[in-house]
Amino acid sequence: MTSDITVKTEGVVKEYRMGGTILQALKGVDLEISRGEYISIMGPSGSGKSTLFNMIGALDKPSRGTVYIDDLNLLELSPAEIAWLRCWKIGYIFQTFNLIPVMTALENVTLPMIFAGISSEERRKRGIKLLEKVGLGERADHKPTELSGGQQQRVAIARSLANNPSIILADEPTGNLDLKTGRDIISLLKEMNENENVTIISATHDLKMLDVSDRVVYIRDGMVERIKAREELDIEVGKVEGQE
Amino acid sequence: MAQESTGPVRRQIQLPFSEAIKISFQSLKIRFWRSMITTAGILLGIAFFVAVLSGSEISQAMSKRETIVTTIDNPQAEGVSAQQIWLIVMSLIVCVVGIANSMLMAVTERFREIGTMKCLGALNRFVVELFLLESGFQGLTGAFIGSLVGFMSIMLLSLKDYGLDLFRSFPDYILGILMYMGIACFLGMILAIVGAAGPAYRAAQLPPAEAMRVEL
Repeated sequence: MTSDITVKTEGVVKEYRMGGTILQALKGVDLEISRGEYISIMGPSGSGKSTLFNMIGALDKPSRGTVYIDDLNLLELSPAEIAWLRCWKIGYIFQTFNLIPVMTALENVTLPMIFAGISSEERRKRGIKLLEKVGLGERADHKPTELSGGQQQRVAIARSLANNPSIILADEPTGNLDLKTGRDIISLLKEMNENENVTIISATHDLKMLDVSDRVVYIRDGMVERIKAREELDIEVGKVEGQE
Repeated sequence: MAQESTGPVRRQIQLPFSEAIKISFQSLKIRFWRSMITTAGILLGIAFFVAVLSGSEISQAMSKRETIVTTIDNPQAEGVSAQQIWLIVMSLIVCVVGIANSMLMAVTERFREIGTMKCLGALNRFVVELFLLESGFQGLTGAFIGSLVGFMSIMLLSLKDYGLDLFRSFPDYILGILMYMGIACFLGMILAIVGAAGPAYRAAQLPPAEAMRVEL
């Protein structure tokens, strides 16, 4: 049952109704992502990459077409099964960090474990371990407002790993961070990818991200413009990195 | 790493009640003053409710005691008048509208939080449960304090009318008043939950992507 493809989209179309007109954010996207891959989805603002990200992450329903995650057709899943998928299979990281402001770092990290039904001692143990992994062991009891942007994103990464997901979806994870902090976050993601074999799918327009990606998917006007493997990219990256 | 990834394992997603209570308490604590204002709205409505009903309970008890001395020309002695019922109902309606309004705000400003929770695996009903718990707490607290306030103020007012006789016939009316206070606490909680149900339910239905797109 488990194939090597972990995420597959077939003819995914997403339409938004804006007043009287219908806006097509995605115009039929076919994409296959293998287990353990580090994928960057690149494209200008408004290209539909965030929409595609939402479709892959089961955060929104496509108007037409299907999305499979580990051979499960998202359209056929009940809301409870979707919740289960989000809880166990997928870890999410956002540009705006999206930590729950009233909770401490540790509580944020352990929240998905509550939903997963893990006992409170186990939660604490695992939460601390995850925070240590992202270098925030001694900040466990701090609220998000007491942490810097980079630290908040680290907490978000720790949270995304809470239930050992097989996929991590990162929507512009470095978008709100400075160059160096962004670089740290990227290498942290790469580390997870290499050590834990987690599939990383990241919507981004951060060129630093290309360095670590196995493949880059370019989205333009709601369609896949081209897909490039890392080897084809190296020269380009060298060229553009200088401009940063 | 992904030990759960093979096979269509369907582990039940859950939110134990104790955890839900902890989370909603936390949310209330962090927005202490805002919660207090909502609570104060319920408090006033319920205080009025208890004061009116207790007032009539007291005057009935007192008039029984004084039947020989005074003729029954005191309108309050005949129980709660239609006008008073009207006032009570109005004040409770204002309560519900106030709660619905503040819950609407509380829910709207937390769309992102709701979306995030759903990303982490929360079911729609967890979201509804958390908000109803929050408003239920506010309702209960407001109603409890409100019924004490209502009771005290009617005692003070009655003290003026009846003097120390009021305390002598304490056993005659206190049971009735306690009953009203109990009803008021329950009512306050229910009203708060009713006021919150709509906004909470609607927010929980949103797909996470949409909930998180909202910028405030």
